[in-house]
Amino acid sequence: MFESQRSLVSNRFPMWKYLVLITAVVLGLTYAMPNLFGEDPAIQISPAQVGQFNQQTTERIEQTLSQAGLVPKVLEFDGQQYLIRFDDVESQLRANDVIREEFGRQAIVALNLAPATPNWLRALGGQPMYLGLDLRGGVHFLMDVDMDAAVEGAYRRFDDEIRVLLRDARIRYQAVDYANETLSVVFRTPDARDQGFNLLNREYRNELEVRSVDVEGQSLVEMRLSSSVIAETKKFALQQNITTLRNRINELGVAEPIIQQQGERRIVVQLPGVQDTARAKEILGATATLEFRLVDERADVDRAVRTGVVPSNAQLYQFRDGRPILLQRSIIVSGESVINAQSGIDAQQGSPQVSVTLDSAGGRRMLATTRDNIGNRMAVVFIESRIETVERDGELVRERIVTRDVINAAVIRDQFANRFQITGISSSQEAQNLALLLRAGALAAPMEIVEERTVGPSLGQDNIDQGLMSVIVGFVLVLIIMAWRYKTFGMIANIALTLNLVLIVAVLSLMQATLTLPGIAGIVLTVGMAVDANVLIFERIKEELKNSSIQTAIHAGYEKAFITIADANITTLIAAIVLFSFGTGPIKGFAITLTIGIITSMFTAIVGTRALVNMLYGNKPVKKLSI
Amino acid sequence: MTDTTQTIASPNQTDFGKINFMKIRYPAVIFSLILMAASVFGIWYKGLNLGVDFTGGTIIELTYPQGADLTLIRQDLAQAGYDEAQVQHFGSSREVLIRIAPREGMASATLSNEVMDALQKASSDTIELRRVEFVGPQVGEELTTDGALAVLYALIGILIYVALRFEFRFSLGAIAALVHDITITVGIFAWTQMQFDLTVLAALLAIIGYSLNDTIVVFDRVRENFRTVRDGTPVEVSNKALNDMLGRTLMTSLTTLLVLVALFTLGGEIIHGFATALIVGVVVGTYSSIYVASTTALALGVSKQDLMPPVKKQTENGEEEDDDLKRAFLEAEAKRKQKDEETK
Repeated sequence: MFESQRSLVSNRFPMWKYLVLITAVVLGLTYAMPNLFGEDPAIQISPAQVGQFNQQTTERIEQTLSQAGLVPKVLEFDGQQYLIRFDDVESQLRANDVIREEFGRQAIVALNLAPATPNWLRALGGQPMYLGLDLRGGVHFLMDVDMDAAVEGAYRRFDDEIRVLLRDARIRYQAVDYANETLSVVFRTPDARDQGFNLLNREYRNELEVRSVDVEGQSLVEMRLSSSVIAETKKFALQQNITTLRNRINELGVAEPIIQQQGERRIVVQLPGVQDTARAKEILGATATLEFRLVDERADVDRAVRTGVVPSNAQLYQFRDGRPILLQRSIIVSGESVINAQSGIDAQQGSPQVSVTLDSAGGRRMLATTRDNIGNRMAVVFIESRIETVERDGELVRERIVTRDVINAAVIRDQFANRFQITGISSSQEAQNLALLLRAGALAAPMEIVEERTVGPSLGQDNIDQGLMSVIVGFVLVLIIMAWRYKTFGMIANIALTLNLVLIVAVLSLMQATLTLPGIAGIVLTVGMAVDANVLIFERIKEELKNSSIQTAIHAGYEKAFITIADANITTLIAAIVLFSFGTGPIKGFAITLTIGIITSMFTAIVGTRALVNMLYGNKPVKKLSI
Repeated sequence: MTDTTQTIASPNQTDFGKINFMKIRYPAVIFSLILMAASVFGIWYKGLNLGVDFTGGTIIELTYPQGADLTLIRQDLAQAGYDEAQVQHFGSSREVLIRIAPREGMASATLSNEVMDALQKASSDTIELRRVEFVGPQVGEELTTDGALAVLYALIGILIYVALRFEFRFSLGAIAALVHDITITVGIFAWTQMQFDLTVLAALLAIIGYSLNDTIVVFDRVRENFRTVRDGTPVEVSNKALNDMLGRTLMTSLTTLLVLVALFTLGGEIIHGFATALIVGVVVGTYSSIYVASTTALALGVSKQDLMPPVKKQTENGEEEDDDLKRAFLEAEAKRKQKDEETK
């Protein structure tokens, strides 16, 4: 009987299927492994300005640490920033203090927990799962950008420009009004209106929709921003605010902050490990601004520094690198007038430059100043106010600290108004930084915190412990039940189930998807449901055994159950994918683990167990199945 | 131990199963309808105790070194101007959960700091801040719409897939079962006034997945039985399918429930709502895949003809080809079985 069957059904896997399976096991184990090593307490040192660190910095850090009697576990430099690992939290905290003192404002020092993954594993791209804030503690902010204000700001700018344009063209108008997202210019006569319409239409064809209308005997030209300009304005406002936030958060010295766009008007800020929400909010609300001032060319800077005597109409400033400079007291234009700043290359000279756009009031003042000061230098001063905790009379107090640095001083070559270039910049990197600083000063549109979540470190640890415990207990219970119900086949399913868990962890680690508490719940649920495929197969084999021989039953069991498993899992997968695309936060985390779980469990339950069953029973004269 | 090799079913007499599930299908449907009506009434009458995710507002979780006196905390809060704050124990007597409703014109989330300060001043012990969640009212609103939309889109996707793979009446059966399960689970949350938060919403979506899984497995068997069993009414065929799958249904429900109970007892307070919803969902989902899904499909008049493989070959459709392959396999197997009988 067995002879005749052997030719009909074959319960043997080709070699390549075993190879696929072995590859999956090896890869799964490799990439799940980083999660076993835990984390080192570390400090992260990043430069306040790009490209500031070099070989000397390394020596400086080593020296500082050894003077304090600290021995780091490893000192790593990735070309941008340093990561110094320590054996215990105590040396980490002490190192944090001494390094902060040594570098002052030149560097941003942050406490960090660096994964202790061995080097060879990291070289293969192995990283532990990224833990969500609910598991590691920290602050989460959701900021809402006021887009109406951003759009109104764009209209206000055109408002100013239009007045100047009409005046220069000597077209007489009565008023320029803004209401209901419409700019309207009231003219005295229909003739002036027609002239105005032609001029405005020619000038702003790409940016505004210009219409001429007659309302109650008034001659009007109405303008609305074109939809592309509105979209651009909103996009710019969001990106500008993200840039500003990023700069401010650097001040916090947070390791691995997340600043991301969410939807069309929201920004997510996640600060792992931060507990002091009050301070975080202060920093996010910190202000930075700019001033353009003339350089006082007549006074002697060196003498002013030496004697401390400064001419009455001047003030002593410093460049970022410490060089002194004397600037006139009167401010030409302040940062609020800067609408935009872009770095680029001067077409004629091929040197880096920054193009600045001012609003019209600022432009008028700039024009008046530059007309009279060609050949003199103009400086850009960066003013920043931060809140810092300082020790005073043995008590920690919060103080607002204002710093003023000159970031650039360039010769005025020609008179200019609201659009001008700052040249004489040494590198394009510096030009980019300058443009960033010019833009970073202010927010493009006001923002408010619409969601705030803080998770304490003890709660985060509890969440990890409890989540892990429930996964382990649930998992062991399932293993016992399967072994009891399906004997040898149950044990085979248990091996597959374990492999499934390893694969889920490996995929999550590899994708660097954020593991959250609901994500852990998703894993737990997957473990419970993953047995379904095997239960279906085993029940089917039992059923087939009633009517056919052992080899046929195994074959038919797998074949017939496959369609059912596929149908059931694809429908669940549809639900998971919908969740992923529409869900936010915890729902997304849950959907990711569920999706990965469905795919890996299908693989391990169908291919994995079949391989083992084939090895044990395939095409062998077995009298009875232990199922 | 079951000896499975001895019983051989006679080809002429089909065994429609030991348990006549379908016999009580009308009482079951009435039972389900009553449950659903009670749920809808509960949702309308009592409403859901929506969490801060949906309503906006502030949640503050604190740990006191010793057992915390809720009355005192309420007094302290009232003094600080938060007399509408809800204060309750969370998990143990040392942990306290404070909920404050959203306030008009509250622009920033400074509230948590104020509350923390007020309580810390009133207490001589060091209070540990475990968690603060502040959600603006408009974000909550968005989330509610997004959540409802997610469920709706999931249902539509499933409806289409099942209609393509099976038949539209099965599709309606599956959807009826899903609506049934979700309504009853939400109803239980309304009646018990357990907090309905974002994790519970995630659980509802998982219930959709689980219940669907169960329903599809049964449908798959019904379809197969329609094709292979010669005699029998649709009700009898469904009954056989349910009996065939009974072992599997119980086993899978058991393992899933075990894991969920582990999650409920060990997973911590924050995940309680999630675990509760899923436990209810698995129980109700298992029941509904037996009674609601099949009964709906039967009531809509699913018959043998509807599920026979299509006569004309649809070569452009891969799915259909697979079905044909499968049928060819089954036919070949039937022939081989016959041969086996003959050689005996």
